[in-house]
Amino acid sequence: MPKVKVDGVELEVPAGATVLQACELAGKEIPRFCYHERLSIAGNCRMCLVEVKPGPPKPQASCALPASEGQEIRTDSEMVKKAREGVMEFLLINHPLDCPICDQGGECDLQDQSVAYGKGTSRFDENKRAVTEKYMGPIVKTVMTRCIQCTRCVRFAEEVAGVPEIGAIGRGENMQITTYLERAAKSELSGNVVDLCPVGALTSKPYAFEARPWELKKTHAIDVMDAVGTNIRLDSRGRQVLRAVPRINDDVNEEWASDKTRHNVDGLVRKRLDKPFVRKDGKLVEATWAEAFAAVAAVKHGGSVAALAGDLLDCETMFAGKALVEKLGGSMLEGRQTGLAYDVSSLSAVNFNTTLAGLETADAILLVGTNLRWEAPLVNTRIRKAIKKGAKVFAIGPQVDLTYKVEWLGNDASLLAKLPEAVVEAFGKAARPALIAGGGILAKDGAHGDTLALVETLGLIKDGWNGYNVLHFAASRMGGLMLGYATQGGIKAVAAAKPKLLFSLGADEVDYSAFENSFKVYVGHHGDKGAHAADVILPGASYAEKAGTYVNLEGRVQRGEKAVFAPGDAREDWSILRALSEVLGAKLPFDSFEQLRAEMAKAVPALGQEGLADYGWSAPSLPTGASGEFGSPIKDFYLTNAICRASPTMQQCSAELVHGETYAEAAE
Amino acid sequence: MSLGYYVKSFTLWEFVKAHWLTLKYFFKPKATINYPYEKNPISPRFRGEHALRRYPNGEERCIACKLCEAICPAQAITIEAQPRDDGSRRTTRYDIDMTKCIYCGFCQEACPVDAIVEGPNFEFATETREELIYDKAKLLENGDKWERAIAANLAADAPYR
Repeated sequence: MPKVKVDGVELEVPAGATVLQACELAGKEIPRFCYHERLSIAGNCRMCLVEVKPGPPKPQASCALPASEGQEIRTDSEMVKKAREGVMEFLLINHPLDCPICDQGGECDLQDQSVAYGKGTSRFDENKRAVTEKYMGPIVKTVMTRCIQCTRCVRFAEEVAGVPEIGAIGRGENMQITTYLERAAKSELSGNVVDLCPVGALTSKPYAFEARPWELKKTHAIDVMDAVGTNIRLDSRGRQVLRAVPRINDDVNEEWASDKTRHNVDGLVRKRLDKPFVRKDGKLVEATWAEAFAAVAAVKHGGSVAALAGDLLDCETMFAGKALVEKLGGSMLEGRQTGLAYDVSSLSAVNFNTTLAGLETADAILLVGTNLRWEAPLVNTRIRKAIKKGAKVFAIGPQVDLTYKVEWLGNDASLLAKLPEAVVEAFGKAARPALIAGGGILAKDGAHGDTLALVETLGLIKDGWNGYNVLHFAASRMGGLMLGYATQGGIKAVAAAKPKLLFSLGADEVDYSAFENSFKVYVGHHGDKGAHAADVILPGASYAEKAGTYVNLEGRVQRGEKAVFAPGDAREDWSILRALSEVLGAKLPFDSFEQLRAEMAKAVPALGQEGLADYGWSAPSLPTGASGEFGSPIKDFYLTNAICRASPTMQQCSAELVHGETYAEAAE
Repeated sequence: MSLGYYVKSFTLWEFVKAHWLTLKYFFKPKATINYPYEKNPISPRFRGEHALRRYPNGEERCIACKLCEAICPAQAITIEAQPRDDGSRRTTRYDIDMTKCIYCGFCQEACPVDAIVEGPNFEFATETREELIYDKAKLLENGDKWERAIAANLAADAPYR
């Protein structure tokens, strides 16, 4: 622990810290462009210059200089001030003064730092450099004249996203950032370079010229595009969410978000259900709330009631749905829409027990039946970090490019029973081994039991370490399982029971042909599959339009706030269910959202407080002996739910990045 | 009571004084003007009705930077922007609520391209409030109508900026 002096104040810094980190610890702000906490150190912007003694009598780049015992660092001297002014003048030589038309304006590092550390005038009279625009895909818009060559995007693509397709060509003043052959960067995380870019060189294409940061209302929310539960901030103006950006949460998403998380928001204003509908003579016609409720009340169900939960639901809605079904005398609840029927007698056996942050420290990882890049891109970045620390990764399942070195054992479920010697040996030596069972496992008979059997064989559970992980990809899954949205036998059992009245709570992936004789009430937000099949549609709120509790794949209970109001006559889901219950003569015992939350916390105490829910560990004994190939539950990363399917940006991403259609866009 | 008091009182001196004053102004040049046939001269800095200007080639100046919207103390300006077909940054909506506006002139000070200006026109009274909510078309029309006067005013004021 070296002791250094920053501006005369002595402090101890952790071993291996840089001078810049030491200054941060001392509470001194160091301006920087190329340095980023989660990327490697480049040291090429020179903005972080400080004076360090002992050392050469010149300012030094603090980001790349290790802090060592007895250093005297000055961040407030005349030399430092002059150095910063000089660097800023150099940076602004080629940076255009087009802030008024730049989307970064108002949240630009260069703008802020030139005000704080710049001189205000330039001595440069010659012409500025101009650089042609580069094509970087449907998400990232480029204005390369603005680039200050910090190379954050290059380092991100290589280190975090794992797609080394962004790079710099040329040198000196002619250096240009570009994608390989000017094709779209094929990454699920490419949107993050927009946040990383300290200037307006890389900006968001769908959000181009939409709004300024100061006119946006910022709401803390939880993402529902996958089961990771990315912490996001929804920026809205009026009644429209304009963008979603990640919040920093080291336990969940660090500071990244997938492209789907960022750019589904334009789907929130399209294909929305904003009026109740009732099916009359085979056709859905607009109705009033009273008419729609009356149509539901007319159904003689006799207690044969079931509820299906969609993938994007918050726990409150599911709890209200469950309460309603139980009040009406039913008991069938199911959230696994596509027909999965895995055993849920122990929640720990279907949980991501290692936790996302813990996965980083794993030293041997076995992936079974999963395409992590599509099922949970942010879990994939954690594995990349683990590999950087020396972890070995094996995989069973369909071979895909996971952006890192994987030893593919083949796509055969019977391999689980007789793992190759090399795997057993590597796991035997590992101190923190982890197994990740993806969507392919849960769909295959016996595979869940096979992986649970490996807990013993591979020694996945050690003191303070649980290496057994099941990877879900629906935001509502863990919450749903905690609330009991799982029927023995899955959705097939629900269909076989032929419920007279079926509540579909935003369930858009269900095969409704199995429920032909049920009276289907759809409570949801988009005119998708669920709405098409419904007999009565009650327009609900999307994740941006209601506060809610979500449980991510590791059992972390998180709460999101409401950003905007739902369009038209749409209401928050729980209030719809509450109002409907009164008409049905089964009044639910809560009148406000707070009461609902309190009731829910009473029923499932873990949902009452934020943080990791403790499921303990117990492995049920399940049938084993799976064989055959694993399939992938996700056919198209960009179109996995109703919101994405309504989003033009996601449609374009899908067409271009998944189906390989090229958009002839002149990059100039 | 002095003698002078009684003399002034009986000769109605204050009436005489008042009439003399009236008579004096009767022959002086008039301070009022025959509005609307006559108008006072106004300063080049006069802040009247708003206008959105164009470049001489007909391209609108406004680039939707939203600085005027941000600085407007009365929050009278509403702007929405989107890329135009040629990819340039333009407003799709530029509204000024003239009933909210306090004519402080901050918007024209904030404008980096001299697009929004407060012109010399002060005669834009309307019969309804609705007519005072200006949209982009109205503002551009104002700009076209008053361009000569606005350009002259800007040129006259330029040396002092």
